[in-house]
Amino acid sequence: MAEKPYGLIATFDTPGALMHAAEQVRDAGYMKWDCITPFPVHGLDKAMGVRRSKVPRISLAGGITGFCTGMSMIWFMDRFDYPITVGGKPLFSPLFAFPVSYELTILFTAFATIGGMFFLNGLPMHYHPVLNYEDIRRGTDDLFFLVIEKADARYDAANTRALLEKVGGKLVNELES
Amino acid sequence: MTEIKPAVKPRSAMVGNHRSFSWITEKICGIAEEKTPVWWWWCFAVACIVASFTVIGITYLVATGVGVWGHRNPVNWAWDIVNFVFWIGIGHAGTLISAILCLLRQKWRTSINRSAEAMTIFAVVCAGIFPVFHVGRVWYAWFLFPLPNSNYIWQNYRSPLEWDVFAVSTYGTVSVLFWYVGMIPDLATMRDRFNAVGKTLKARLYGFFAMGWRGSSRHWSNYEMAYLILAGISTPLVLSVHTIVSFDFAVSLLPGWHTTIFPPYFVAGAIFSGFGMVLTLILPLRAVYHLEDLITQYHIDCMCKVILATGTMVGYAYAMEFFIAWYSSNPYEGFAFINRAFGPYWWSYFIMIACNVITPQFFWFKGIRENTTLVFILSLFVNVGMWFERFVIIATSLARDFLPSSWGYYSPSIVEIFTFFGTFGVFSVLFLLFIRFLPIMAIAELKAVTPQADPHAGHDSSH
Repeated sequence: MAEKPYGLIATFDTPGALMHAAEQVRDAGYMKWDCITPFPVHGLDKAMGVRRSKVPRISLAGGITGFCTGMSMIWFMDRFDYPITVGGKPLFSPLFAFPVSYELTILFTAFATIGGMFFLNGLPMHYHPVLNYEDIRRGTDDLFFLVIEKADARYDAANTRALLEKVGGKLVNELES
Repeated sequence: MTEIKPAVKPRSAMVGNHRSFSWITEKICGIAEEKTPVWWWWCFAVACIVASFTVIGITYLVATGVGVWGHRNPVNWAWDIVNFVFWIGIGHAGTLISAILCLLRQKWRTSINRSAEAMTIFAVVCAGIFPVFHVGRVWYAWFLFPLPNSNYIWQNYRSPLEWDVFAVSTYGTVSVLFWYVGMIPDLATMRDRFNAVGKTLKARLYGFFAMGWRGSSRHWSNYEMAYLILAGISTPLVLSVHTIVSFDFAVSLLPGWHTTIFPPYFVAGAIFSGFGMVLTLILPLRAVYHLEDLITQYHIDCMCKVILATGTMVGYAYAMEFFIAWYSSNPYEGFAFINRAFGPYWWSYFIMIACNVITPQFFWFKGIRENTTLVFILSLFVNVGMWFERFVIIATSLARDFLPSSWGYYSPSIVEIFTFFGTFGVFSVLFLLFIRFLPIMAIAELKAVTPQADPHAGHDSSH
């Protein structure tokens, strides 16, 4: 086994078993741990004690930026920088500037949402100790894993292993860092 | 008092035959991993030949001038905008399936959303060809975007055509992003599978686009939120895009175009045509790859019903246009509609009515919805009908407007016909490549709607 392990990993067969285990690991007070699932398991956030995602705040900021960009861009171009009267219409009005600003609101929100999701998730990260685990490929197929990091304050090789076995984890192994 | 509980209605299974998680992975990934089938090469070759018509048509146009298309006064805008609206409309069903049905928690979207989103993107590509090349000197197409140029002049934001530039480019971009974000977990699945069999190069390539996804629950939490927000913003986006497309006409003063019914009527028509195309694409795919357990009869039923509903809405809009033309007592408006149905383009009007209003009514019958071949044929009629709808709207209003002395009759040139014909090849080439290289269904989402994905499966729901 590795000299400096990253943590312990346990395997579960069903989402139900994983959820049950997650509740107990959460109640045991661990902070730096994670579940690996092939699809989003409904209710696992709550079982893990994960707080509501912060992505919406970033999206909102993106949306506001987009709308202001649209309005100010059109004002600057058609009213300020090079005013031309077309069809006797006003040089600037928020009404005709609205469709473009609306589209830019959506465009900027989309970029902010996806950028925000990557940023909060710390992706792209092509190297990760979890990805080195032999069986992990089934974590994107049909198996479920629970990982407790060594960096957690409560981590103790023997006790943590005992906890993982107690909550129903199969094949509890050390992860190389 | 006795407690009254709501009736429990049994839900249709989203995945037939109680398939397991690994069966789903194996089935979907297997399609992209297997040796390229012979039929694929044949289809690809035919698609390439058809696509070459567009390439040649456009090359000839660029080398000669826009005059090679059949546009003459008074019809200066015909097949190019018809084809543009036709393709954009087809794209809308993809976004509807992925975004609106996601918000409405319609789980049946999961097996068709990936391919429908792909359809959206490829349809936008085909749509974009026409306006871009209609500008004539295509090397100046960048003038459409607010980039500083040596004339120091900016775009005219009072024009709905400029709104359209922003609407369509935003739509294309957001559709690609939405599609890609939805695919990340599945690309990770494929990466892991390639790694397992030692195909390192492929694993690296898919892994690059999978961004190092490892299925972490903490990631899923942000991911699901991001996906929900993308669905939430794509919904107003798809509605606004076709609304703005309809503004291209509605904001002008031509009789037959200058109507307030256009935005909702265009959106309903877009969804109608898009679902027609989804069925046209998915039914052969289902048969070839034996996907009956994933695209069940329930899915086909749902799609047929959407077509029935939106087709009827479109029919209502046709009737309402006529009513308003009469009720407004505007002689030009009245003439425009009489001319539409009984003028020189009467044949296209009746093709439109037959395909768009009558065809979907067959979907009232369960027996027809369950006959896959018939559904496929009817979906083709929907596609044809919606193309004619745009042709009717555009050609009839332009060919005969206010002054009889300036009336004309438009017919397309052979270059125009070939260019449009070729876009089906462009679309097919892209779609065939998609089938070959990417997961055609959202693997992770499909697993999430199976009964065994419910963490409370087999227990009582006390916690």
